Amino acid sequence: MKAIVCVKQVPDTSGKVAVNPDGTLNRASMETITNPDDLNAVEAALKLKDETGCKVVVVTMGPPPAEGMLRELIARGADEGVLVSAREFGGSDTFATSQILAAAVNKIGLEDDDIVFCGRQAIDGDTAQVGSQIAEKLHIPQISYAADIKKEGNTVTVKRMLEDGYMTIQTKTPCLLTCIKELNAPRYMSLGGIMDCYSKPVEVYDYNTLKDDPLIDPTTIGLKGSPTNIFKSFTPPQKGQGKMLEGADKNTCETLAAELLKKHII
Amino acid sequence: MDFRLTKEEALFQKMCREFALNEVEPIAAEIDEQERYPEETVQKLMKYGLMGIQFPKEVGGSGGNYICYSIAIEEMSRVCGTTGGIMSAHGTLGAWPIYAFGTPEQKEKWLRPLIEPKEGAKIGAFGLTEPNAGTDSAAQQTIAEKQPDGSYILNGTKVFITGGGRADTYVVFAMTDKSKGNKGISAFIVDKDDPGFSIGKIEHKMGIRGSQTAELIFEDLHLPADRLLGKENGGFKIAMMTLDGGRIGIASQALGIAQGALDKAIQYMKERVQFGKTLDKFQGLQWMVADMYTQIDAARLLVRRAAFNHDVGLPFTKEAAMAKLYASEVAMDVTTKCVQIYGGYGYIREYPMERMMRDAKITEIYEGTSQVQRMVIAGQILR
Repeated sequence: MKAIVCVKQVPDTSGKVAVNPDGTLNRASMETITNPDDLNAVEAALKLKDETGCKVVVVTMGPPPAEGMLRELIARGADEGVLVSAREFGGSDTFATSQILAAAVNKIGLEDDDIVFCGRQAIDGDTAQVGSQIAEKLHIPQISYAADIKKEGNTVTVKRMLEDGYMTIQTKTPCLLTCIKELNAPRYMSLGGIMDCYSKPVEVYDYNTLKDDPLIDPTTIGLKGSPTNIFKSFTPPQKGQGKMLEGADKNTCETLAAELLKKHII
Repeated sequence: MDFRLTKEEALFQKMCREFALNEVEPIAAEIDEQERYPEETVQKLMKYGLMGIQFPKEVGGSGGNYICYSIAIEEMSRVCGTTGGIMSAHGTLGAWPIYAFGTPEQKEKWLRPLIEPKEGAKIGAFGLTEPNAGTDSAAQQTIAEKQPDGSYILNGTKVFITGGGRADTYVVFAMTDKSKGNKGISAFIVDKDDPGFSIGKIEHKMGIRGSQTAELIFEDLHLPADRLLGKENGGFKIAMMTLDGGRIGIASQALGIAQGALDKAIQYMKERVQFGKTLDKFQGLQWMVADMYTQIDAARLLVRRAAFNHDVGLPFTKEAAMAKLYASEVAMDVTTKCVQIYGGYGYIREYPMERMMRDAKITEIYEGTSQVQRMVIAGQILR
């Protein structure tokens, strides 16, 4: 039994955000972090490891320095890392990325009782598409927005958190779950894990490693294989100052109603 | 020669920094104000093996080195002097003497529970200082009377024991032969539940106010022979060797406090506007920052070198004393200057600077005052 976790290295938006003249992010000049939701996915996998002793494999697609992130995740408790990295994969949008990551999961080998974990979405693109697309391309069930996960045998019961409530869904493994921050509190690296993390295996999958997978085709990967075209990216204008009304009395309510009426909201 | 941390040490530093910012900093002002022992933080430190960093895995520790130990204390002290002090007193004063001088049975029974990486582990403390025996530790008045069956009966009082109000296991020093002075002191392991042992006053202090610094009282405390640590009358050597290593911890604590104060002062200088420009544009303050940064970096080199010597088995008595002397004086100097940079805001409790200045002072006093460090250094040079 394995837990495969797909993770992404993203710019640290709490630091300085650098933008290129064409409006795209200047990733090279920004500090990187592991995407926050992905840490919840890793934690979910590590909890499963605590309970069942299963193996945890962390997978990322990115440039060679992304190996550093995989080492940190191994220091948190993962057993192995896979770095999917090749020039041919560069410029991939969510469609192409999920093609490649699904092929990587195939290469790692998906067994009957395995679970693939992803974060809900990355803080750089905020699309929340890659996890779901990987599941579709692997032809396995998916449950998104996991806020609670229970696994008994080959049955997985997941509480999904939606805007207006919870939905509990059961499915069979192998399956893919996308995780949200409410799911758990990610653990820190441990000293023991840090001491061992550079001696644990991190395998690099390049174009040649994956090229025989039917999902990998020059028309489905990289910039050429990406149907998304970025027309323009820009910083949205700042919203005007909000107005705060305080109090629970009739007067305040009437003032509020009058304001909303004036703006044709009600 | 390579001044860089190894990649493992650098990753460990990153982990400690994350831990400090998420777990330690948010409650630092509150535990100071309330004089509260940060039990929840200590439990997490235990869980991640940060209370037994420098001990080998075979005896229950985390298998790190003194560089890592120093890094951890520095990072915690950057945001909270109390937390760094708790780690230092536990690791080098409480646990180390049992590691270095304990029998295999004593290590299994008393050391392992102190350093195991799990929540609910035990806390260690070190009882040497007495009301009339501070720097002059040979003036011990706590007496351990040997009984015909080889056991001992302890009577006396210890004061200013860091973590004394919270610890589970104590290494306590007492006279077994008063006629021999220094050579008549022995070390014992005391459990908090031993009948005849009680905790007296918890001190109200200027700084590191969450550390539960306490008085320990021994009234006809009966200790079986297997509680003697090391040889009978060999306690003074144990105390001095323990304090040698302890100085690396306190030096790291001082270093962290200084670095944390400067970090905050620099941030403040970039935000605070006077005369139409931010404070960092004033040359008078720029020079203060340059001096402080240089002092802190010099302190860090001394601290790391002492830790390195400890790790590779080189003598470190002089190096640890120099590191503690210099880093603690830098901490006092830097925090005082940082309060100055903050101006009125530095003097009020709403901002962390006055706390850091109060926390810094203890590093010039405990585990040997700055004057004692100079005695130790001179003694090593002129012998």
